[in-house]
Amino acid sequence: MPETARAHASGVDAAEPMLRIENLHAWYGESHVLHGVNVDVHPGEVVTLLGRNGAGKSTTLKSIMGIMPRREGSIRIQGEETIARPAHRIARCGVAFCPEDRGIYATLNVAENLELPPPVRPDGLSTDEVLALFPNLQGRLRSAGSKLSGGEQQMLAIGRILRTGARLLLLDEPTEGLAPSIVSQIGDTIRKLKEQGYTILLVEQNVRFAMTVADRYFILDQGRITDAHDKASFEDNFESLMASLGV
Amino acid sequence: MDLFGVPIQALLGQLMLGIVNGSFYAVLSLGLAIIFGVLKIVNFAHGAFFMLGAFVAFMAGSYLGIDYWAALLIAPLVVAGIGMLFEYLFLRRVYGLDPIYGLLLTFSLVLVLEGGFRVAFGSSGQAYATPEALRGAINLGFMILPEYRAFVVAASVTVCLATWYVIERTRLGAYLRAATERSELTGAFGINVPLLVTLTYGAGVGLAAFAGVLAAPIFHVNPSMGSTLVIIVFAVVVIGGLGSIFGAVVTGLGLGIVEGFTRVFYSEFSSTIVFLVMVLVLLVRPAGLFGRTEG
Ligand SMILES: Nc1ncnc2c1ncn2[C@@H]1O[C@H](COP(=O)(O)OP(=O)(O)O)[C@@H](O)[C@H]1O
Ligand SMILES: [Mg+2]
Repeated sequence: MPETARAHASGVDAAEPMLRIENLHAWYGESHVLHGVNVDVHPGEVVTLLGRNGAGKSTTLKSIMGIMPRREGSIRIQGEETIARPAHRIARCGVAFCPEDRGIYATLNVAENLELPPPVRPDGLSTDEVLALFPNLQGRLRSAGSKLSGGEQQMLAIGRILRTGARLLLLDEPTEGLAPSIVSQIGDTIRKLKEQGYTILLVEQNVRFAMTVADRYFILDQGRITDAHDKASFEDNFESLMASLGV
Repeated sequence: MDLFGVPIQALLGQLMLGIVNGSFYAVLSLGLAIIFGVLKIVNFAHGAFFMLGAFVAFMAGSYLGIDYWAALLIAPLVVAGIGMLFEYLFLRRVYGLDPIYGLLLTFSLVLVLEGGFRVAFGSSGQAYATPEALRGAINLGFMILPEYRAFVVAASVTVCLATWYVIERTRLGAYLRAATERSELTGAFGINVPLLVTLTYGAGVGLAAFAGVLAAPIFHVNPSMGSTLVIIVFAVVVIGGLGSIFGAVVTGLGLGIVEGFTRVFYSEFSSTIVFLVMVLVLLVRPAGLFGRTEG
């Protein structure tokens, strides 16, 4: 596996992953959902987390952001341990989250939604740059968040985290339930972000979409990582992987 | 001139007094609604903080010679500080638990505060002088309105509008609305939600204390002045819809007026009418007049 090679590379700093999750456990109340997840993501990579419904993909992203009721193990962002930190301090490490349900606030208008997260790094996009990236949002700034279509909400949700200057993005099923033209627009955006050096951990059910953007893959099943592939090995094993994912 | 056999003078007079009472209801239920929105806690100590505001003004006046106008600013800040300390040390431990814990905890604070002041000052109450500048009266034609009561209405309306402006039109207000809607996610966007919660509680009880200072020259400053008022305020908040800021203010004023009218026509019933309205509203709209039913 490629990550093993990288982990053993000499010079700790050179091989410092953007994100390293080790032995992550997470619970909702009494229900133990993640059972020792290990994932690493290197600077500039797009890594996709695949798995059946209920495998724990969203829970993994929520654990990284610190919004699970209980989590244990180690989550390092650019080498900094964040497992004991509250959510707002994790966000300030330069990681930003686009939740599965988009997380658009109904009681805030589009401009307020967009400008809600305080910048954490100086080089985030301006509101105008976000509008240039997603022209659909132009002219909608005063609309209530609840009045947007699904596609517009997704663009707002992605635009919102680009304003903060965070360089590590966690995207939870950004294409779910969207029309093909919007899906391809989101694919273009992810590729553009990757060119600009953003690091992305993507959760997807849409495997074909994931294959247009991903560098590496982790397969999650019942709260455990059961498989990992780079681009070539994923394509080589495509048929059996699709079968095991039940798609 | 008569209306249903009641002199129009008396009617307008009670209307005016109803608006004065309604102003207190509005400011108190506004604070209660903001706190409930963000903390999801029904702050049973709200009346105690109202009383505390009046006592801080009274003590500041008698021990330190601080006048009414300074007290109107200082007492809410002092009480907000005390409230934030209470939130930080105690209240935050019960978030996410069964609502009964928040209820018991805030109610216990009522017992401690009221009991403490009863021991220190007795239950009969202390007079607090009306500020000199407002001792006159305005002749409205149909009634003589004491200037101070007019000031209470104006100050309450101003404070409600200012609070509305902060919530609806500022960045801090956007944070507050976001935390009200989805507090966890708001933290994930880098907003210090625990701090926001503490500030919200401080602001809410600060509003109660502001109303308490306004009330000090009208009522006797006494340990139970909050309990009597706050029961009606809870009814107001339930009628308006728990967590609806706009609903709290409008319902507060409206019920003050309804109460005033009732006093004219059937005065024995005036202290009960609010609860009758509450029952009727809940029958028709269980989430309150302005409340949103959860989807
Ligand atoms: N809020 C919650 N409370 C309790 N259990 C939950 C909650 N959210 C998810 N789960 C459970 O946790 C497991 C993992 O869920 P999730 O991470 O959402 O899966 P995925 O995103 O891979 O579809 C599932 O069994 C799901 O039922
Ligand atoms: Mg999911």
